[in-house]
Amino acid sequence: MQKISFEVNGKSVNVEVHPFSRLLDVLRNELELTGTKEGCGEGECGACSVFIDGILVNSCLVPTSQVQDCKVETIENIAQDNELHTVQQAFIETGGAQCGICTPGMIMATINILRSHPQASDNEIREGLAGNFCRCTGYTKIIDAVKKSIEEKKDESVSS
Amino acid sequence: MNKKWVGTNVPRKEGIEKVTGKSKYIDDLTFPDMIYGITVRSDVPRGTIRKIHFADNINWDEFTIVTIEDIPGENVVTLIESDQPFLADKEIRHQQEPILLLAHPDKSLLEEARRSIRIEVDELPAIFNIEESLNKKQIIYSDDNIIKEYLITKGNTDDVWDSAYKIVSEEYHTGAQEQLYIENNGMIAIANDEEVTVWGSMQCPYYIHKALMPLFDLPAEKIRIIQTATGGGFGGKEEYPSIIAGHAALLARKAQKPVKLMYDRAEDMVATTKRHPSHTRQKIAVDENGKLLAIDIDFVLDGGAYTTLSAVVLSRGAIHAAGPYACENIRIRARAVATNTPPQGAFRGFGAPQSIFAFERHLDLVAKQLNMCPVEFRKQNFLQQGSLNATGQKIEEEVRLDKVLDLALEKSQYFAKKKQFAVHNSQKNVKTYKGVGLASFYHGAGFTGSGEVYLASIVGARLTADGKVKVLAASTEIGQGTNTIFSQIAADALGIDYDMVEIETPDTSKVPNSGPTVASRTCMIVGKLVESAVCGIRDTLLKSNLLTSEYTSQQFITASKKYLEDFGELKIFVKYKPPAGIHWDEKNYRGSAYSAYAWAVYVAEVSVDKYTYEMQVDDFVAVQEVGEVVHPILAQGQIEGGVAQGIGYALYEDVVWRNGQMANNQMTNYIIPTSLDAPDIRVFFSEPFQPGGVRKGIGELPMDGTAPAVISAVENATGKHVCHVPLRPEDLMMLYRKET
Ligand code: FES
Ligand code: FES
Repeated sequence: MQKISFEVNGKSVNVEVHPFSRLLDVLRNELELTGTKEGCGEGECGACSVFIDGILVNSCLVPTSQVQDCKVETIENIAQDNELHTVQQAFIETGGAQCGICTPGMIMATINILRSHPQASDNEIREGLAGNFCRCTGYTKIIDAVKKSIEEKKDESVSS
Repeated sequence: MNKKWVGTNVPRKEGIEKVTGKSKYIDDLTFPDMIYGITVRSDVPRGTIRKIHFADNINWDEFTIVTIEDIPGENVVTLIESDQPFLADKEIRHQQEPILLLAHPDKSLLEEARRSIRIEVDELPAIFNIEESLNKKQIIYSDDNIIKEYLITKGNTDDVWDSAYKIVSEEYHTGAQEQLYIENNGMIAIANDEEVTVWGSMQCPYYIHKALMPLFDLPAEKIRIIQTATGGGFGGKEEYPSIIAGHAALLARKAQKPVKLMYDRAEDMVATTKRHPSHTRQKIAVDENGKLLAIDIDFVLDGGAYTTLSAVVLSRGAIHAAGPYACENIRIRARAVATNTPPQGAFRGFGAPQSIFAFERHLDLVAKQLNMCPVEFRKQNFLQQGSLNATGQKIEEEVRLDKVLDLALEKSQYFAKKKQFAVHNSQKNVKTYKGVGLASFYHGAGFTGSGEVYLASIVGARLTADGKVKVLAASTEIGQGTNTIFSQIAADALGIDYDMVEIETPDTSKVPNSGPTVASRTCMIVGKLVESAVCGIRDTLLKSNLLTSEYTSQQFITASKKYLEDFGELKIFVKYKPPAGIHWDEKNYRGSAYSAYAWAVYVAEVSVDKYTYEMQVDDFVAVQEVGEVVHPILAQGQIEGGVAQGIGYALYEDVVWRNGQMANNQMTNYIIPTSLDAPDIRVFFSEPFQPGGVRKGIGELPMDGTAPAVISAVENATGKHVCHVPLRPEDLMMLYRKET
């Protein structure tokens, strides 16, 4: 067991866990942040996507000792003050969420695309989602959601 | 009826919970004092259990251990036949067959404990595929390995062969396919001697309910099954969850504590059901103009070690085997055979994708041998209004499959592309071959034949305390939008706001049995019942003089509240009534197999790398007639998702079998399409054939036509006749090698 301190969604947390405990389990079980999902446990499906210091990672592959002093951000932090994030709104409007199990991960991946490629082309969108499996949508409506988010972002920056 | 909600893209009912991560799937739930379960399984495909050894490196006293001795009732998973046990007794029929169960408060100790149990088995020789089963290499099921057999005959094929202009024969194979819902299977149970409650990921709460009554020897009201948010099913959570629920409840009963039994991905893939592998022989006779004269099909499915749903999967496959084409003489022989693999099961399309693949591929071959355009050849044989299909069902509606075809040709630019690609492919310096291919097909919605009559589904509706309406049905939301479309249908039937309709959680203590969430029946069959149930509510309010025939949503609420005040509660239940004129002869497999068919033409465009043989779908056009579309975005989403699964089925998804079990049971080496593999899928709904808001199923349809369209495109690109899926690059390479 090891004491590990880090920040989750802006709050500092201290946990005492095995240093190799998967960050995914610590988030879900110790911190009760169950919005981050497990699909495969081996870094393939992206259902467990979170940000660590702003970098998109699969939390099923991260030993918790590695996040000592890091800032972790999960799906629970995306909607602020009960206001949906534009990306979440876009997923609802375009039909990007069906069964919803991949959705938290997809939303994290979409936010990552917006941050790294604010003007992402179709190909960059597909590349940016390629680490996340969805078995329900065939991706078309998820890609629509990303495009919509990009558009809204443009509008925001124009108006501000 | 004025339709304000049906046909519009209202926000999905559980949308906000899903995008915020607040939806609670089974693995997101914990109960006080809950412990964790695991399943100990066989590691041989066939044999007799001699002894079970517990290694002494483990303190077994800390574990809850369930063996067959702990089963209070019958050790049998109630489904079609009663041949599958919850826990193997003496006999092992397949790898990964559950033998005993363990539970412990510390999840991290379970895996080692599982590995510290050795099952001593007298092994028996096993059979693993259709050929070995048909050859009776070993007899493992009844006296001939045949789980079920059907014969569909129309006219007399034998009269045709001698005089036919051309006869074309060929064999086709399709592989197993894993459903690969992203949420693994799992259940939580609380149980004692008197009652059992199970929460979990599932499609059919009442299937589980039915299976648990005999297992625990308890009456219906003592078993309660509750669906939690379910992360995809595609058929994969139709029948197997009964086993997991039974296991979790057996552990909970013994431990006297809540037990969570979650599968991880490897276990879910290796142990649970998949799409049935198939082997089909086709023989078709045509005249010189390309008219179909006789169709002879021998269709065989590999059912695995127990009966499970194979008989009904086979039935749907057989009925769809000759497609939406008119032919006077048809013979379809269909058999499901047993092998020593884990039972295959329900998966989107339910047998139809297999038989349609074989038939559509074969039509391409016949067209080629006739030197005819595959499109023209199909078109002139399409079923029309008034024609009889393979089971002799008269097509009553004004079918315009040619219209669907025209739209597909136009949207895909099929003929222009064909020309363009022929030029492209003849150039020496290009890196790829390009091709375009097509499939036309139909899919019957609802249970086959008299199935819906036997199901006798019931739907209810009641008033809520705040004067709104709640729909009571066991139909599950598994991503396809059940909650949303039921609310739209109910809101329009009542002429009230969409937000005034709520959907009860599928919980057997609260909702009646509206039948399983399968067979594309939810919108068409159960949706109709929702309509009548809520109309019953309205009629009661009208009769009580609390409402006049014209009312606003607000007036409805006021009337409802008044009714509740005066009478306490208002609940209405309605039961399925078969539509008139539907006759099905179960014995001879003749008559109206389905009350409605959805019709479709799909076009795929592919490129094939000349050097690596890798194939990529570049464009996909899916045109269908599905009657009234309740929610265009949800409907498109169903088609797009199904097409992506079909592309996976055609090109990527390869279940590798080793000694009767899946060897590549990981997402790392079982490849499904990612955002880079799926094309832009373009979905179009053609005008409904019938007026009056007839709805047909859509969930399974896209699975049927995608693989044959994709493979047809590969054939157009390469000139190779491909008879199987999945078609991997190495398979294509071998086809080239064969020729040189
Ligand atoms: S659960 Fe982490 S990538 Fe699948
Ligand atoms: S919405 Fe179900 S897996 Fe993506």
